[in-house]
Amino acid sequence: MQGHYLLMTTLLFLEQTLNGLQQGVMLFLMAAGLTLVFGIMHLLNLAHGSLYMVGAYVCATVTQASGSFLIGVISALGACAASGMVIEILAMRRLYAREHLDQVLATFGIILFFNELVKILWGPQALFLNPPALLNGTMEILPDTPYPTYRLFIIAVGLIVALGLRHLILNTRVGMLIRAGATHREMVGALGVNIDWLYTVVFGLGAMLAGLSGALAGPMLAIQVGMGENILILTFVVIIVGGVGSVRGALVGALLVGLVDTYARAFLPMGLREFMEPANADNVGAAASGMGIYILMAIVLLFKPSGLFQAYKGQS
Amino acid sequence: MITRIRSVQIVTLLILFSLPFIATAMNQPFWVDLSTRILIYAIAAMSLDIILGYGGMVSLGHAMFLGIGAYSVGILTHHSFEGSAVPFLPGEWTGSMSGLVHLPASILASSLLGLIIGLLSLRTVGVYFIMITLAFAQMMFYFMISLPTYGGEDGLNVWGRSEIPGLDLSDSVTFYFVCLMLLLAFWFIARRLVDSRFGGVLRGCKQNEQRLKALGYNTMRYKLIAFTIAGAGAGLAGGLLANLNEFVGPGIMHWTKSGELIVMVLLGGMGTLIGPIFGSAALLLLEEILSAYTEHWMIVLGPILLLVVLFARRGIYGFLAGEGAKDG
Repeated sequence: MQGHYLLMTTLLFLEQTLNGLQQGVMLFLMAAGLTLVFGIMHLLNLAHGSLYMVGAYVCATVTQASGSFLIGVISALGACAASGMVIEILAMRRLYAREHLDQVLATFGIILFFNELVKILWGPQALFLNPPALLNGTMEILPDTPYPTYRLFIIAVGLIVALGLRHLILNTRVGMLIRAGATHREMVGALGVNIDWLYTVVFGLGAMLAGLSGALAGPMLAIQVGMGENILILTFVVIIVGGVGSVRGALVGALLVGLVDTYARAFLPMGLREFMEPANADNVGAAASGMGIYILMAIVLLFKPSGLFQAYKGQS
Repeated sequence: MITRIRSVQIVTLLILFSLPFIATAMNQPFWVDLSTRILIYAIAAMSLDIILGYGGMVSLGHAMFLGIGAYSVGILTHHSFEGSAVPFLPGEWTGSMSGLVHLPASILASSLLGLIIGLLSLRTVGVYFIMITLAFAQMMFYFMISLPTYGGEDGLNVWGRSEIPGLDLSDSVTFYFVCLMLLLAFWFIARRLVDSRFGGVLRGCKQNEQRLKALGYNTMRYKLIAFTIAGAGAGLAGGLLANLNEFVGPGIMHWTKSGELIVMVLLGGMGTLIGPIFGSAALLLLEEILSAYTEHWMIVLGPILLLVVLFARRGIYGFLAGEGAKDG
């Protein structure tokens, strides 16, 4: 009996760990783009979540029309990269030299615009999307332990993107420019690199990552207006924990936040039930477990006010 | 001699004092409620401007204090109405309906929260501070949503306005003047504050905090006090808002509300005390006018904000008071 209970707990822990990793890689896709844009252009882009929302809507619509999730994801990537680059050219590049306050306000305006645009185009009702047939089942990760294939797929995609980004930043010419631009932007410009073009490309890349995150999230949650802002704020927590401007920090921060959030939601109400009435425990647990990641953030702040990994010094 | 700044102030006060009478004379009682809303948001925006415009602290979580102030009134009324004890307080106190308890409670609760959040978030500067204040505000937002005792996502009805001896707050003109008096009182306090030595240090923090530190000032302490006072102001506004709407919901602390408060400050004129009053009036009136034409008014408001940031930095006060007008 005792052994059985232990096995159950271990399996539950394993399952929650995978859930946490899955949430973590989604957050990483968001945080990587946001932190790159901040690291290089010093732009705080609140509208990053809007691109996530656009990615989810475009993917769901195209998937329903074409019947293929792959085509849906590819169109979402294209749509987000394109809208990101258009926003960059029309508005963002005028904001790079401004103070953060102006950037907050201007990108806040862009969020209001996108939210309303989506409401006009798709209506106020939420959309729902099923995972593609190939991934819409479960896999036995251990004998007799099924786990949704789609979530495993997301973890795999996230890790592949992380490796790809690492390769892009460390081993390619664009990556070299990105690194150089983050630390010595005047010098990069003086050496004859077309800075405007580099910025547009980086912004488009960040937008594409946000779109990928949104497209992949589509089959797991209700696609609705405002979904971008919820994940945006989680992404901020990731960046605060990981350190602004650091892609490695974004990965570590995202996985930490994903795991802490999932563990808190799964185990805190369970733990409270040991010494509280079940109904009370569920109430208190729900309220307290949502605060888990913010407590993580506060602890990191107390010891490392600029995050676990700091990409470069001298920039607040 | 009456300067241009002085005349702007006098005209503003004249308008504020005569508005309810004009509305009543024109048989538009709705205007009184709208103007009251403008006054209340003006208090909140003015409190934000103390830290934003004078202290250079870009807080994107100010609506959290508005919410805590509103929930203080909502929760005390709720317990008084149900006759149940307020949790986490000693004794079996069953809340109160008195405005003389409600408003101090709003101020106290939000200052306490301001002190705690300030202690944590003021360890950081710049973009970190923006993200952290937003994250903490969102934490409070989700916390209130997950508390079913106080209505959760649906919010809490406030059964009747606060009771103040000798005043009937359910009369909208009386309530308007109570809000106006509180706005003027807060304005007066804020004026004294920013003109004092304390205000000088606060302004110095915005311009060059390193230099102040080198001069031996404990800038953290000044910023923390300013942050707490700003929280208290927004808490007061929240308590009034709960009275005006006779309802409190988590929507009041949604992060877009924090964004709107920043918009009000910038639209009216950052770093001036009278500016937030204009900003509050401008945003709420714009919302009122645009929403009469289309339910999708946000699609117009968004680009307007973008244009204001890009091209009109000095705000309405800067426009009215002219060049060289620094403060008012």
